[in-house]
Amino acid sequence: MGYTKEQLLTFLQELQIDFAQYEHPVVLTVEAQAKYVGHMKGALSKNLFLKDKKHRFYIVSALADTKVDLKVLSQRLGLGKGGLRMAPEEALGEMLQVPLGCVTPLALVNDSARHVCLLLDQGFKSQECCFFHPLSNDMSIAINSRDLDKFLNSIGKTPAYIDLEANPPVGKDQPPDLAGLVPSDAVVLPDPPEKTASSQGPEKNHISPNNKPTATAAKVVKPSNASQREKSDSAVNLSSSFGDSEKLVEEILEKTTSIILSEVKEENMEKYREQLGTMVSNSIRKQLSVELKSTLSMFKNTSYTEGFYAGTQHQPKRM
Amino acid sequence: MDKNNSSENQEQEEQVVNPWEVSAKGKIDYDKLIEKFGCQRLDQSIIDRVARLTGRPPHVFLRRAVFFAHRDFNEILDAYERGEKFYLYTGRGPSSEALHLGHLVPFMFTKYLQDAFKVPLVIQLTDDEKCMWKNLTVEESQRLARENAKDIIACGFDISKTFIFSDFDYVGGSFYKNMVKIAKCVTYNKVVGIFGFTGEDHIGKVSFPPVQAAPSFPSSFPHLFTGKDNLRCLIPCAIDQDPYFRMTRDVAPRLGYHKPALIESLFFPALQGETGKMSASDPNSAIYVTDSGKDIKNKINKYAFSGGQDSVENHRKYGANLEVDIPIKYLGFFLEDDAELEYIRTEYGAGRMLTGEVKKRLTEILTEMVERHRRARAAVTDEMVDAFMAVRPLPNMFN
Repeated sequence: MGYTKEQLLTFLQELQIDFAQYEHPVVLTVEAQAKYVGHMKGALSKNLFLKDKKHRFYIVSALADTKVDLKVLSQRLGLGKGGLRMAPEEALGEMLQVPLGCVTPLALVNDSARHVCLLLDQGFKSQECCFFHPLSNDMSIAINSRDLDKFLNSIGKTPAYIDLEANPPVGKDQPPDLAGLVPSDAVVLPDPPEKTASSQGPEKNHISPNNKPTATAAKVVKPSNASQREKSDSAVNLSSSFGDSEKLVEEILEKTTSIILSEVKEENMEKYREQLGTMVSNSIRKQLSVELKSTLSMFKNTSYTEGFYAGTQHQPKRM
Repeated sequence: MDKNNSSENQEQEEQVVNPWEVSAKGKIDYDKLIEKFGCQRLDQSIIDRVARLTGRPPHVFLRRAVFFAHRDFNEILDAYERGEKFYLYTGRGPSSEALHLGHLVPFMFTKYLQDAFKVPLVIQLTDDEKCMWKNLTVEESQRLARENAKDIIACGFDISKTFIFSDFDYVGGSFYKNMVKIAKCVTYNKVVGIFGFTGEDHIGKVSFPPVQAAPSFPSSFPHLFTGKDNLRCLIPCAIDQDPYFRMTRDVAPRLGYHKPALIESLFFPALQGETGKMSASDPNSAIYVTDSGKDIKNKINKYAFSGGQDSVENHRKYGANLEVDIPIKYLGFFLEDDAELEYIRTEYGAGRMLTGEVKKRLTEILTEMVERHRRARAAVTDEMVDAFMAVRPLPNMFN
């Protein structure tokens, strides 16, 4: 379920983020918002919710008077000239879980928005504070960019500030400068158990009011790597057991027995008779060798990595 | 003796092969290249010898002459037979996040060499080179180096025998001392002759070659090879890297080291046909490791250059032109089963099999490969990259 405005504000308070809040009638545009808070301390922001041709989503959050050219941005992201469009209205509700006219970086607190890429105007950094909607159009809160970073870091996102008005050339020898921010197409798999364990060390302690385990696990992977899964693959399960030997054995046995069961059938029994055993063994070898070698070398590498990390944290024996 | 390089400049270049440019009018003539560079062909006797020494069938890239040339590989095998080990050195220039199958070829082969000979491996990520040549920021090239490291690790290297390093992180100490020793042995005129630098090129480029040469010497890695100054080095690479190592081999005896041995591959052809290398900036010239099964099927069906005839009747009559057919070439790289490949070549060449079938089989094989790679890639954590890149001893590197 999406966060309510109250839940978000409580979350910000728990992070000890200072903000000024102003209630006003529902507003759908920056101009309307300006009527109520334009004279207050703080810069207004405009927020665009965009998507590209590969169904990846972006929030561009900028100072109200920063010029944002979608064609230039699209090229800088490596999406070609016409790669960015406004996202459809349904996506607003589905992904950001906010109403129309309420696009805000704060919507990333929702798990449904975890694959959305946030691009922030570097202009925010030089403002004392900036106005954003706290998941609802009937309020605006003014928050400093450092506190916005604190909020983003706490939900496992790395703040990306860019000069939105820049127009660097993009060509054969000048790769798109923002390409690194695009959520990659790589298959997203359930985080392997050992990833969560080893993440407690290097990552800061996060205060998560609703105790969301999925958010914690996702923090280990940088935002640019997490992305939509294109298709679900039963074979995909193998990677989640690279740290867990019981799971791994189970999956290997599962694959082996399924080959045996599919090969030992009446027509083969008649065809091969006493050679059936040899035939099935050869089949298993042929089908599984490469995959098993790959799996086990990942298992070894994973174990070594855990040990290596533990070694770096090792405290010498006290005498 | 390595061939004199000054004659290169005087000839009218029909094909251009150097670390930064590969192009030709029509197909690359590999025989001419071997002759011009002065390296040796890898013949069947060497391949058989490898099979005998390692106790396993030779890698598909050896059987199909993908790795087709070498320098001093026989010496490496002689030493190995005497019980003297060696180490492997290969690398990648991280110029883009998108890795395609052509990029994986040297790594797949290197993994085989590591497993078959049970030797350690150092992998150099030349982030400084790409920062200079592709005008990337330092941060971006370092970031790409780490991203590429994940795909490299996904090829299945053994962490207890592999050291991955990026130039920005590692250059210094003993490595730098070797760089300076190497640099002292190569005149400005020589690098201009080998790499074609001009007065307009910045000094970063001119002083880069020692960086790629230094890993050929074991003393560059004191945490790995202390006391083993006599350890030989084998470098699997694509043949366009030959100039770096010609220079290195020239310098080695003057510094008291063995000349590094090389084992070289031909270029992975682009989907559209054999006129050069695949290009990371043209998404339809290559199959990327991030492509979905649908993308792969689409690219093979739409863009893979076919040697089949233009109509089914003509095809059945004349058969396919196997010389230019890209799916057949790709199967040559990735279809392990020699018998099946032979069968497909015969049937397709005679016109009894159609292009569609060949493409279908190729799509199957590539999809499986790419899926396996993606699964392995997903299991590579940042901690794992840190561990591979940590300057640490590898006590079991020869086991």
